Amino acid sequence: MEMTGEFRIPAPRERVWQALNDPEVLKQAIPGCQTIEKVSDTEFTARVRAKVGPVSATFGGKVSLSDLDPPKAYTISGEGSGGVAGFAKGSAKVKLDDESDEATVLRYDVQAHVGGKLAQIGSRLIDATSRKMAEDFFGRFAQVVSPAAAGNNGASGALAAVPTGVSEATEPAKRASPPEPVAAEPTTPEPQPSTAEDTTSRRLSPAVWVTGLTAAVAAILYYFTRRGGAR
Amino acid sequence: MTTIGTPVRRREDYRFLTGQGTYTDDVDRPRQLYAYILRSPYAHARLTGIDTADAAKAPGVAAVFTGRDMAADGVGGLPCGWQIHSKDGSPMAEPPHLPLAVDRVRHVGDPVAAVIADSLAQAREAADQIQVDWAEEPAVVDPAEALKPAAPQVFAEVPGNLCYDWSLGDLAAVDAAFAGAARIVRLDLVNNRLIPNAIEPRSAIGEFDRATGDYTLYTTSQNPHVIRLLMGAFVLHIPEAKLRVVAPDVGGGFGSKIYHYAEEAIVTWAAGKLKRPVKWTAERSESFMSDAHGRDHVTHVELALDGQGKFQALKVSTIANMGAYLSTFAPCIPTYLYGTLLAGTYTTPAIYVETKAVFTHTVPVDAYRGAGRPEATFLLERIVDVAADELGIDPAELRRRNFIPADAFPYQTPVALQYDSGDYQTTLELALKAADYSGFETRRRETLARGKLRGIGIAAYIEACGIAPSAVVGSLGARAGLYESAAIRVHPTGSVSVLTGSHTHGQGHETTFSQLVADRLGIPIESVEIVHGDTDKIPYGMGTYGSRSLAVGGTAIVKAMDKIIAKGRKIAAHLLEAAEADIEFADGNFTVAGTDRSKTLGEVALTAYVPHNYPEDLEPGLDETAFYDPKNFTFPSGAHIAEVEIDPETGQVTIANFTASDDFGRIINPMIVAGQVHGGLAQGIGQALLEGCVYDKTTGQLLTGSYNDYPMPRADDVPKFALSTNVTVCTHNPLGVKGCGEAGAIGAPAALTNAIVDALKPLGVRHFDMPATPERLWRVIQQHRQPLAAD
Repeated sequence: MEMTGEFRIPAPRERVWQALNDPEVLKQAIPGCQTIEKVSDTEFTARVRAKVGPVSATFGGKVSLSDLDPPKAYTISGEGSGGVAGFAKGSAKVKLDDESDEATVLRYDVQAHVGGKLAQIGSRLIDATSRKMAEDFFGRFAQVVSPAAAGNNGASGALAAVPTGVSEATEPAKRASPPEPVAAEPTTPEPQPSTAEDTTSRRLSPAVWVTGLTAAVAAILYYFTRRGGAR
Repeated sequence: MTTIGTPVRRREDYRFLTGQGTYTDDVDRPRQLYAYILRSPYAHARLTGIDTADAAKAPGVAAVFTGRDMAADGVGGLPCGWQIHSKDGSPMAEPPHLPLAVDRVRHVGDPVAAVIADSLAQAREAADQIQVDWAEEPAVVDPAEALKPAAPQVFAEVPGNLCYDWSLGDLAAVDAAFAGAARIVRLDLVNNRLIPNAIEPRSAIGEFDRATGDYTLYTTSQNPHVIRLLMGAFVLHIPEAKLRVVAPDVGGGFGSKIYHYAEEAIVTWAAGKLKRPVKWTAERSESFMSDAHGRDHVTHVELALDGQGKFQALKVSTIANMGAYLSTFAPCIPTYLYGTLLAGTYTTPAIYVETKAVFTHTVPVDAYRGAGRPEATFLLERIVDVAADELGIDPAELRRRNFIPADAFPYQTPVALQYDSGDYQTTLELALKAADYSGFETRRRETLARGKLRGIGIAAYIEACGIAPSAVVGSLGARAGLYESAAIRVHPTGSVSVLTGSHTHGQGHETTFSQLVADRLGIPIESVEIVHGDTDKIPYGMGTYGSRSLAVGGTAIVKAMDKIIAKGRKIAAHLLEAAEADIEFADGNFTVAGTDRSKTLGEVALTAYVPHNYPEDLEPGLDETAFYDPKNFTFPSGAHIAEVEIDPETGQVTIANFTASDDFGRIINPMIVAGQVHGGLAQGIGQALLEGCVYDKTTGQLLTGSYNDYPMPRADDVPKFALSTNVTVCTHNPLGVKGCGEAGAIGAPAALTNAIVDALKPLGVRHFDMPATPERLWRVIQQHRQPLAAD
C-alpha cells in the first residue's frame, strides 16, 4: 500500500518538530497508544491497541529512524506484529515546511505492506482505515501542539490540523474526498501545556520515532486487527 | 412400481432444510477442549524460534504444541497418494509436509503451533502470546516464475522448484503431423486459480478412549476410510483397528474435503496426549488459506489442421502449480486427469502433452470440482474456437468435422483412454437447436443496435469419471485402489440397511441409492436406510469424488443385492420345496416359475434370522457385502452453449442463455441430476466470470482472502438453464450410468469464455483469460477501442 498526504498544523515548524520528539505528546496523539519505550538512539518500541470496526488487536511495533534532517525531515521505518492477526512493515518519509510563522505543513509518503490475516482482509479496507488513522493522529497531535488554535469547546474543536490532501497511489481514480473534521472521541486527551520548551530540539528523543509510527505508520497501526474479526 | 428415472424428492432435504443436520461442528464430546492453530503470516520465512511459555501459562490453556513436539513423538508428514514419474523415469520430488512447520514456513497460513484450551476464546487469546521469530525470505507464487533460474526456492532439496516434468503421447508423430499440416494455430492461456468455498468450513474433533486406547476422529471428509488409512498408517501410526473416522453430514466438498489435512492429525494426536477430546473448526478466513485450492495452470497449446479443418495433431505444454506441498491427490490432477482428456470428443490422431509441476509459496493445489478435466476442456475448446476463427469455419461445423463418430465406439484415443460409448454430434445438435444457434446473428444485430456486444460460445466436453479401475490407476502411480464397497443388510422384518463407502455431502445418495435398492428388491423406499460416513459401520470404501458414486458405489450396491437375491432364492426354494433354479425374484417376491407359489423378501429374511426351517448347508442371516472395481472409466460428455451480452461501457457480462445438453448415461433421478448440473454450472460460471485467487507477486500475501475480494456466484449471477440429455449407456457397469457431478464445472468456463471472445471479436480480441470481471473486460475493451478510434 502506498499513501501520501499532508496536514497543516497551526504551529511554528520548530515547535512541531519538538512535539514530534516528545514521547508524551505522541503517546497522546497516537490513537490507542499504551506504551512507548526507547530502546536506543535509533530505535524504540510501542504498543498500540487498534480497533477497526469489529476487529481489534494489540500491536507491538519496533521503529527506527534514518535520513534525519532536523527540524525538517526524516524517514521512519517500522515493523510490528499483531500476533495472530499478522504483521505490518512500512516506512514513511516525513517532511515539515513552513507555511507561515504560525503554521507548518507536514507531508508524509508511506509505503507499507501487511501480512497474514491483515492482508487477507483486503487492501480496500486498509487504505480507507489508514487514512482515517492518519487524520485522527494529526487531529490529536495538533490539539496537543496548539491547544489554542484547537479551541476549548470540547470535542468538536479537536481538529486544528487540517488535512490538505491525501492521495493513494494504488487508487488513482478515487480522489480522497476533502477531509472532514474528524469527530474527536471522548477519550481525546486533554489539551496540555506545550512541552516543547522542555525538549531539546536537536536531540533525538524517542518521540521522533513514535511520530513516524503514528504519522506515517498510522496506516500500519490500524491494520492490527484481530483474528476473530477477520471472519 | 419402479422409481428409476423419476424425480423422487430428496429424502435428506427435510433434515437439512429444517436445521436438523448434524455436521462435525455440531458434535460436542464430553470434556472437550478447543484448538486454535497459529498460522504463518509470511509466504516464506525461516522459523528461528518459537517461545510458547507465556501462552502455555495463559488462562484455560491445556497445552501448546509445536512441530518439534510432534516430531519428538514420531509423528510423520502428510503423505501424498499418487506418484508421478518424469519423462526421464525419475520419481517426482516429494518433500516432507509436516502437520506443524518446524524450520520453515512456505505459505501464508502454514500452521506453526496449536494452542489447546478449555474454550476457543482462551485458545485464541493464548495464541497471541506465542512469540515467533520469523526471518522473512523471498517468495514466489506464480508457477511460470517459479521455474526461472533466479526464483526463490521452496525446498532446498527440490532444485528449480520442479516437482516433476511429465509427458504423455507420441512426440515424433505429433512433430511429423505438424510438419505436414496445412494450418497451425497457437494459443497461450491461463487457467485461473480457484479457492473452494464449501458452505461448511472444515472441522475436526479428535478423541481418545482411555479404557480401550481407541482413537476417534470426527471430520469433514468426503472419504473417511481414506483419512483413516493415511492418518493412521503414515502420520500417527495408529493401527486401523484402533482408529475410527466419522464423517457425519458434510456441507459440501467439491474436492476440497478429499484430502488428509494437518488439522485432522493435530487434533487426534493432541487428544491422545491430553486424554481429552479436542475440537478445531476453521474460521472462514482460515479456509481461504488452508483448504487446497484448484486449477492454476499456465499453458501453451498448438493445433495442426489439414486443408479441410480436420485436426491432425495437438501439442500442449503446461506449467501446473502444486503450491507449497503436495496435497493428497495433487500430482495426478494435471497429468492423468488432464493429459488423458486432450483428445476430447475429437479424432485427433496424434497428441503430445507435457506438464511441469512446480512448487510455489502458496496453499497446496489439488482437485476441485472437475479436477484436470475443466483445464483440458478449456484449452481444447478454446483452441478449437481460435482455429474456427482463423480458418473462417463456423465453430459448430468445425466440431462436427472432427467428432468421433457414433459408430466408432469403443474408441481408443492416442492418450491412453478407451471411450466406451458416446454420440457427440447428436448431443451438439440437441444443444444447438435448444439454443437457437441459427438465430444468433439476428439477436446479435439487435443487441448491437442497443449499443451492446453479443457473443455465443460452444464447449463440447468429455470427462473421465467413475474413478477408477484400480489396476489402471495403479500403473499410473496411484498408491491406493479406487474400487467401492457396499453392504446390504436385510433385517429380520424386511427393512434394509445399505452401508456404502460413497460418502454423501450434497449429491443426494440417500435418495438415489434408495431408489436403486427399492427398485431391485421390490420394497418401498421408506424401508431403505442409507448408512455412510463411519468407518466402524461401513465396509472399507474409497469415498466420493470424480463423479464416481453411482457408477462405482452404485454398482457395488447392485453387486451386493445380487448376492442377497442369490441367497434368498436358496432360502425360498427350501421354503417352497422347489428347485433353486426354478425360483424367480421380482417385485419383492421369490416365486416358483410358472406358479403362484411365492414368498416375500420379508418372509425370506425372517427365515434367514429365525432359521428353524432352513437349508442344512446354508449360513443364517441375510447380509452381504460386495466390492466393485470398475473395468474402465466412464465418459460423460456434452455440449454447452453460452450466449452473453456485454456492456462495453461497464464491462458487465450478462448471460443471456445457457444451454447444456449432456450424456450422463442412464439417469436414476432426473431432478437430482439437474440439481448437480445447476451446481456445477454455477461453479463454472464462478470460474469464468468472477473467481480468481490472487497472491501478491512480491510478498506472497493472499490478497483474495475474504468475500470482499473473492466473489462466489450469487443468485443473480446465475441464469435460468436450458437442460437436456442425450443418453448413450455406459457399457461396462450394470446400471449403464456415467456420472454427472462435475459436468457443469467442466463445460461452462469454456463455453462462456468462447462466448465472451466471440462478443469481443469485432474489437479484434482473440483470447481472454478468466475471470471476465467487469473491470478486466472493460480494460480490454478500452485497449482495443483506442486503435479503432485512431483510425
